[in-house]
Amino acid sequence: MTFWQLYRRNRSAVIGLTILLTVIVMAACASIIFPEDPFRLVGKPMSPPGENGFLLGSDTLGRDVASGIAHGARTSLMIGALATAVAVLLGAVLGGLAGYYGGWTDDILMRVTEMFQTIPSFIFAILIVAIMKPSIQSIVIAIAVVSWPAVARLVRGEFISLRNREFIQACHSVGMGDIRIMMAEILPNCLSPIIVAGSLMVATAILIESGLSFLGLGDPNIISWGFQIGAGRTVLRSAWWVCTFPGVAILLTVLAINLVGEGLNDALNPRLRERT
Amino acid sequence: MSNPDQSAVLLDIRNLFVKLPKGAERTHAVEDISCALNRNEILCVVGESGSGKSITARAIMGLLPAPHVMVDQGDIHFNGENLTTVKESRMREIRGGEISMIFQEPMTALNPVMTIGNQIDEVIRFHTKIKKKHRRQQALDLISSVHLPDPQHVIRAYPHELSGGQRQRAMIAMALAMEPKILIADEPTTALDVTTQAQILKLIKELQVDHDTGVLFITHDFGVVADIADRVAVMQHGKIVEIGKTSQVLNNPQHPYTQGLMRAVPSLTPPAVRDISDNEELSVNKLTKTYKSGGSWFGLGAKERIVHATDEVSIRLHKGETLGVVGESGSGKSTLARCIVRLINAEEGEILYKGVDLRPLNRKQMRPYRSKIQMVFQDPFASLNPRSKVGRIIADGPRILGVASTEADKRAKEMLELVGLDERAFDRFPHEFSGGQRQRIGIARALALDPEILVADEPVSALDVSIQAQILQLLADIRERLQLSMIFITHDLRVAAQVCDRIAVMKLGKIVEAGPTSTLFANAEHAYTRELLNAVPGRDWHPQRSETL
Repeated sequence: MTFWQLYRRNRSAVIGLTILLTVIVMAACASIIFPEDPFRLVGKPMSPPGENGFLLGSDTLGRDVASGIAHGARTSLMIGALATAVAVLLGAVLGGLAGYYGGWTDDILMRVTEMFQTIPSFIFAILIVAIMKPSIQSIVIAIAVVSWPAVARLVRGEFISLRNREFIQACHSVGMGDIRIMMAEILPNCLSPIIVAGSLMVATAILIESGLSFLGLGDPNIISWGFQIGAGRTVLRSAWWVCTFPGVAILLTVLAINLVGEGLNDALNPRLRERT
Repeated sequence: MSNPDQSAVLLDIRNLFVKLPKGAERTHAVEDISCALNRNEILCVVGESGSGKSITARAIMGLLPAPHVMVDQGDIHFNGENLTTVKESRMREIRGGEISMIFQEPMTALNPVMTIGNQIDEVIRFHTKIKKKHRRQQALDLISSVHLPDPQHVIRAYPHELSGGQRQRAMIAMALAMEPKILIADEPTTALDVTTQAQILKLIKELQVDHDTGVLFITHDFGVVADIADRVAVMQHGKIVEIGKTSQVLNNPQHPYTQGLMRAVPSLTPPAVRDISDNEELSVNKLTKTYKSGGSWFGLGAKERIVHATDEVSIRLHKGETLGVVGESGSGKSTLARCIVRLINAEEGEILYKGVDLRPLNRKQMRPYRSKIQMVFQDPFASLNPRSKVGRIIADGPRILGVASTEADKRAKEMLELVGLDERAFDRFPHEFSGGQRQRIGIARALALDPEILVADEPVSALDVSIQAQILQLLADIRERLQLSMIFITHDLRVAAQVCDRIAVMKLGKIVEAGPTSTLFANAEHAYTRELLNAVPGRDWHPQRSETL
């Protein structure tokens, strides 16, 4: 069966993919649909949805909520993808080294990993952003720093179970070097769990980013969903739409990514295929 | 043996069909099977992997993984009931009560977090209303009836505290708890060592006679069949191709498939002695490898355990010779093989190849010698990288030695031809091949480096008997053609008899006896060698060869 046929068997994963693609298209077309800067004050403040030319209403200063959501999707997706990429790269390298070499290397690398895991991740992220200046880079770094230990543990486990398999021993017996064995022989065999973990991590990264922006630790020059919710929380009772629509956007995106991750898991891990 | 008349029929399977899910290799796992099991009889179901023998057993027990795999048509009559239509609640009473089953791997079939006593007690508790005190006594009786030592201790033991053979005895005790009329044994001795296997077979036979039980014994090993079966049913592709009395089927098979299988069973009589030169190719002197475990920091916690995997092992291999290393699991034969190809570092001793001691060499110094000593692995499914194309798997070796890419590819294609595979295999992935074909790929990979010594670690033990014969033939051909010296690790004395010029017998990390194959088989000196030889299933049965017909 092709990959798509396997993936399609999980119907909710297909729904998730549809939502995710919609969000991606929305982010890509944001500056075409809403050419104005989302920070610009474009009309009457606190307009309810559908009035004064605002599809989803305007906030306390008269900014367009719909425009903010479209532009915010860019921020969320970009930070999610970037932070995950950094975390996966870091985690895979350290986890791979620890798992492959074992012994002292493993001990040292794993103690370091555990040190990172002892600090609650969101508080750790706040701390990092607060120490550095709030900016896109610092947010990406903060999210990557709190996310990599999970990847490292996963990759280490996979490497440990694969390094003693007979086909790896066969590589040793023809005299293959360590780097080559790790990169060309072991890594391709543990790509599936890494892809699945990575896809789910994008969702977590988006949540952390929203949380940071909500607390005012986001990049002040870039609109994001968390910032919108933060800006509207004081008027939640009089102007519900300011918080609600960005909240729904976060909910749907995170849900969609989780469904896609679950679908990838079903399609890539043959052992779980029998479940249904 | 009682005379099987109509009233003695315990289980009657009529025209049974078991369907497989869509997209499987064939539409039915079992097709139109009819056979009967009588009281006080052992019926062996033999067949190669995928022949549907285990599915048949599961169908009788009502343990098919429905709805993917289920009985399609046909009846299974047991004591006037049709097991294919009986209610699930009744089926639960029958299972373990009137029909019980023992499995291949006792470690996975027993619950690891429950004591043996509790697991036996469970069976009795679910099927009867006996009081706890009496149940315990019954469990103790059962444990002693399967000849487990010290029942008081075993009843409190967890599965991991027992050896493989003891676990299988405990499984049998559980299966016999309710004095079932039928015992289904699904390859119960396949995971066991040959000496343990002989004991378990004896036990099953003994209990079967004592209790008048009908035993449905599933196996792939004709030696086992020869030892215990009253009647045999031979299965191929989900059909019974031949059924009859053991002596008749084994000595005078009618169906061509059965005849082929018989021919594939290696004989215990070694072939004529080959001429071997006296030039020593490799000599291993006092090689020692120890494993330490359980030790902890500052001497706290568990006491350190030291296992001598190989203990001052010395072997010699002549040019063009095949040296067999035989022994049971844990004897250190695989460790020895891996030490020689330097996958494991031995602490002491010498591995002399052409006057050079390979043991102390580091990875870089070892590189020029790597290609000279190559290994063929046991499991054809684990020994090939599932994500690499076959061509790359074979060509990687030469490429690492510095051969140009096009040249290495050409070499890989030559090797594929040498091991009897089509050149088109080059661009395919390992999962597209059967077990036997994969083992050929594994051999091609080893040969691509132009080795002088081939170390084969149980190269045929994961394969069906007919495939096994083909691979052994291939190894024999290659050995002649390329003048290879070979170290052949195996637990199967039948295979060793056919392949090896000399045999070294290992036990607990030591070589207890070594000598030319025919001498060793005819005249074993060490008690352990004799024990091994006596335990070979079906040693008194000599399959008729086509050559001798």
